Amino acid sequence: MECYIGVDLGSTTTKAIYIDENEKVLGRGITNSRSNYELACEIAADEAAINSRFHMLRRKLAENKQAGKQTSELMDWLTCKFKLAQHFRQVDALEKVCKTIVDEWDDKNLRRAYKAALDSIFDTMRSEAEPMFQPRVTARSDFFRDIASSHYLDSAELLARNGDISFDRLTGIFDKAILLVEAESFATAYDDYLDFASAETIKVDGYKVLRDDIRRATEYAATIEFNAINTIGTGYGRQTLPFPKHQIRSEILCHGLGAHIMFPATRTVLDIGGQDTKAIQVDGKGIVTNFQMNDRCAAGCGRYLGYIADEMSMGVHELGPLAMTASKTIRINSTCTVFAGAELRERLALGEKREDILSGLHRAIVIRSMSLLARSGGVRNEFTFTGGVAKNEAATDALKMLIVENYGEMTINVSPDSIYTGALGAALFAKRDQKGDLVNVDLKKLRKRVS
Amino acid sequence: MTRDATVQKEQSMVLQKDMIAAHFKRLANAKETGKKVVYTFVPGNLNELIWAFDMLPVHPEINALQSAMRKKSSSYVIEAEKFGHSEDVCTYVKCDIGMLKKGNIGPTGEKLPEPDLLLLSYTGCFTFMKWFELLKQEYDCPVAMLHVPYQADGEKTPEMIEYVSKQLREEVVPLMEKVSGNKLDKGRLRMLMESSARAEENLVAVWESAKNKPSPIDAYFGGVYYIGPIFSAFRGLDVAEEYYRTLREEVDARVEHKLGPITPDGPMKDERYRLVVEGPPNWTSFREFWKMFYDEGAVVVSSSYTKVGGIYDNGFRHDPDRPFQSMAEYCTGCYTNLNLPTRIQYLQQAIDDYHADGFLINSIKSCNSFSAGQLLILRELEKRTGKAGGFIESDLVDPRYFSAANIKNRLESYFQMIDAKRNG
Repeated sequence: MECYIGVDLGSTTTKAIYIDENEKVLGRGITNSRSNYELACEIAADEAAINSRFHMLRRKLAENKQAGKQTSELMDWLTCKFKLAQHFRQVDALEKVCKTIVDEWDDKNLRRAYKAALDSIFDTMRSEAEPMFQPRVTARSDFFRDIASSHYLDSAELLARNGDISFDRLTGIFDKAILLVEAESFATAYDDYLDFASAETIKVDGYKVLRDDIRRATEYAATIEFNAINTIGTGYGRQTLPFPKHQIRSEILCHGLGAHIMFPATRTVLDIGGQDTKAIQVDGKGIVTNFQMNDRCAAGCGRYLGYIADEMSMGVHELGPLAMTASKTIRINSTCTVFAGAELRERLALGEKREDILSGLHRAIVIRSMSLLARSGGVRNEFTFTGGVAKNEAATDALKMLIVENYGEMTINVSPDSIYTGALGAALFAKRDQKGDLVNVDLKKLRKRVS
Repeated sequence: MTRDATVQKEQSMVLQKDMIAAHFKRLANAKETGKKVVYTFVPGNLNELIWAFDMLPVHPEINALQSAMRKKSSSYVIEAEKFGHSEDVCTYVKCDIGMLKKGNIGPTGEKLPEPDLLLLSYTGCFTFMKWFELLKQEYDCPVAMLHVPYQADGEKTPEMIEYVSKQLREEVVPLMEKVSGNKLDKGRLRMLMESSARAEENLVAVWESAKNKPSPIDAYFGGVYYIGPIFSAFRGLDVAEEYYRTLREEVDARVEHKLGPITPDGPMKDERYRLVVEGPPNWTSFREFWKMFYDEGAVVVSSSYTKVGGIYDNGFRHDPDRPFQSMAEYCTGCYTNLNLPTRIQYLQQAIDDYHADGFLINSIKSCNSFSAGQLLILRELEKRTGKAGGFIESDLVDPRYFSAANIKNRLESYFQMIDAKRNG
């Protein structure tokens, strides 16, 4: 099947998108960038390929007379079980690396004690896995690192509290091991996961009768060959990739075009990414006519929230939900990330509630963006918010309020897939190869070439 | 016989280098030779008048940018900050004050003489007045302040010209006579102005060569070298005339051979983007900044910064028959003395005349003269021309405000924006 690939190498996450020849999205993939863009690129593209297989799987199931009536439910089960299989594989790998680290220690007794601790931790992690990968269960994070670290550290804390095991030592093992596990792509065994997903789904009440349809559809999805015609790279890390120069596009252009495809009436785009914030004006074809981006200072970017999350010992994904519970919005400095951190500590010391302070911090980040928007030519209807921070409900709410206050009522678009806007734009540039001088880039070979 | 264009370019560069070295040598020996020294500014500079009194001009902004290109400005800026100058003060000022505090060693490594006169030739930049107030505190010398009215209504009125020329006749010249100990040599002034007009004629021809495709010059990065002699110490002198004659010959030869501009990495081969640029360049990373353009095949066909000392391409020439009125017209006509609608009109004309693909603003953090109103200029030009407008930010001579990755990212996006517009 012919497809076109866009890869957005963000400072925090790397995203990949596959589109077909009709410019319809086949699949999306995302992973932590973790300062290794070659690996992140490969993993995101692998994930996007799997997501594309699921897209085709859905289509195949829908074609079927019997299974077609229950496509959505079946897809939920198949997706969860697929993720579970992949999660188990990652847990196995993590356990193996953790134990290898312990094996290198000189002290025999220590080795024995910590191996037993690891056995216990990983048994718990496996037993906790199944309930997480069920339909209608919201994942705490898309990333194995986040899920594994939260479960591992909870168990480690418990063990340390009850015995002679050191929590710090267990943390050290995890920190070392996760780096190695993250350096592997687990997507290559997708056919095994599909087998597992198929077998597990058939066991679900009522699906036995659909056994043959499910098997046929999963086998079909496992054997599709994706023939990537062109690849375009974009994003903060794009220069680090061995892509030919003419196959690299600025993320500003990609976000403009991506937003236009998602919401064709878009005229103003705000992209708040990890490293920078861009206010972009586009014309009726999605071509960028003007842009402004932050300069010299990261206040107002995703990193601002990352810093605040660290200061509060929270995950960055937990900030938005907590801020949404605020009863008031505390006024916080918006010009400097470090000063905002100091202000946060001061407010906490004064007894202000965390959620109220966080609400203020989200407003502060958005106030910075308002200045960029004004400098780029203001906000025109329709307005589309993209980038990783658009997934944060507190930031989105604050933005909507300020847009209405400053520019009046208008259509404000925030797609649940906003984080993929840049990658989508890149994929579209790959498809719309007017000069015909683009080629596919073998993303699998990037890492080998670099190493 | 046609000579090799690369060699010709080097010839004009050698001439410029020699004249700068000779001037700093003259300055270093000023006390021994008894020459009087005038500190003055580039915008609206009164070079002919200074040379007519056989005095030696020093331009603090030029020293600052030369220090930046020689990577010395950082320590000078910090030195000035030690004396209480805030982070937001014009970095030309801080660089100059820092240099002074560190012994006033000029860009060529020779000590600069103290001024005998501070000649403020342009008051459109408020900072200039404060700058000379600071220098006045340092040096025990008189100040001639020429008040130059802003072209608020977009024109030089006869009253404005009379107001400035009256100051020149009744205040500036008498003070210069007093300081130099000489009466104004009107014959010498006439000769100097005649020479200026000839050099100006050749410079305009060089600017207009950029209407060719490919443009044989880069009117911004190359342009700042081309304005060196005419805006600094040399306009009116034979060496400047020779420089512009040589430069014009070199440029004509490049036009004949359809060659692009010469960059630090050799002649530019593929002209992909023709730009009009507004605002001064960054001096601390000048080469790196330029490379970001020529690596992408971007050539600047016209720039406003190269009109900062005075504008010639609207027909102005120093007129020896009306010396004081002519100097007054020159002072009031420099680029930053134009109001915003006139600046917009000027840039629009450049975009049209030079067949530009777009225009770009390099907004300077510490230069209010240039930066105020630039976003308005951008919006208006986009609206009028339909061409792609770009906006980058840096600083004059403070290296802390040049973020290469950020500027490169914006420039790449901007060039791709032009491509996208072309492809529709």
